[in-house]
Amino acid sequence: MKTIFVNGNSLNWEEDMNIDLILKRKNYTFKMLVVKVDGKLIKKTEYSKTYVQPDADVKVIHLISGG
Amino acid sequence: MKKEEFFSAHDPKIIPLLQNAVIGIAGAGGLGSNIAVTLTRAGIGKLVVADFDKIEPSNLNRQQFYQDQIGMPKVIALLENLKKISPFTTYQIHDIKLNLDNILLIYKDVDIMVEAFDKAEMKEMLIETWLTNFPEKPIIAASGLAGWGKNELLHTRKSDNLYICGDEETNLQSGISPMAPRVGIVANMQANLVLELLLSAL
Repeated sequence: MKTIFVNGNSLNWEEDMNIDLILKRKNYTFKMLVVKVDGKLIKKTEYSKTYVQPDADVKVIHLISGG
Repeated sequence: MKKEEFFSAHDPKIIPLLQNAVIGIAGAGGLGSNIAVTLTRAGIGKLVVADFDKIEPSNLNRQQFYQDQIGMPKVIALLENLKKISPFTTYQIHDIKLNLDNILLIYKDVDIMVEAFDKAEMKEMLIETWLTNFPEKPIIAASGLAGWGKNELLHTRKSDNLYICGDEETNLQSGISPMAPRVGIVANMQANLVLELLLSAL
C-alpha cells in the first residue's frame, strides 16, 4: 500500500490526493496553518491545486493565537 | 559601564558573533517584549522590533512593561526599558502595523526573524511571507502557549528554516489566556534558539 507522511505519521496515499484531502483525512480543522511538502511551502491558495506523490513528506503546522 | 565589563562573563569567542547579529522581532507583546529583553541581555548587536499597539493594564500580567507606561506605544516603552538594560545593543523600532509589504522593507537586513504576534492569522501571514521571500533565513515562530503548567508539552519543531516553539495545541478560550510563566518560557525558547543558530558556527 502506498503511503505519505504527515507530521511523521503515515497516511494511506490516494489518487488525486491534494492538500485539502489530506487535511480532511487527518481531521485537521484549524483555520490557520502552514503546510510544507518535501520542505516546500504550499500557500493556502494552492491547497486544492497541489497534489502529492507517494512517500511525500507533509508537514502541517497549526498556528494558535496567544503571545 | 564598559563593554568588556558587560561581557566579562562570556567566552570571548562568542562576543563578535552576538554583536554582529541583527535579529528581527515581529510584535512587542507577551512574546516580543520578553524576547527583546533576553536578547538585549545576551548582547545581540541589533534588534529590529515592530508593533502598533499601546500598553493596556491587562498587558502587565505577562509583558515587560510598567504601570507608568500604560497608554504608551509598546515599542516606545520597550526602547526605554531596553536602553536601561544595555547600551551595547542598537535598537531599531517601528510603531507600525506589519503587513505583507512593510515586512519585506523593515526586516530585509535581519539574520534571523522571530515571530512574536498574538493572533494566529498574523502568524500565518508572516511565516508565509517570510518563507516565500527569504527562504534562506531562519524564522522562529511560537504556537500554543496559553494557560499554565504542562511544561512537558513545550517543545521546538524544525522544518528546514522554520522553527516552531510551544505546545502546538493549547487554544485560547474562556479562562485559558496567556500568562507570564508560560509565555516567558516560550519567548525564551525562541531567544535561546536564536543564540543556538548564531553560535552554531563555533
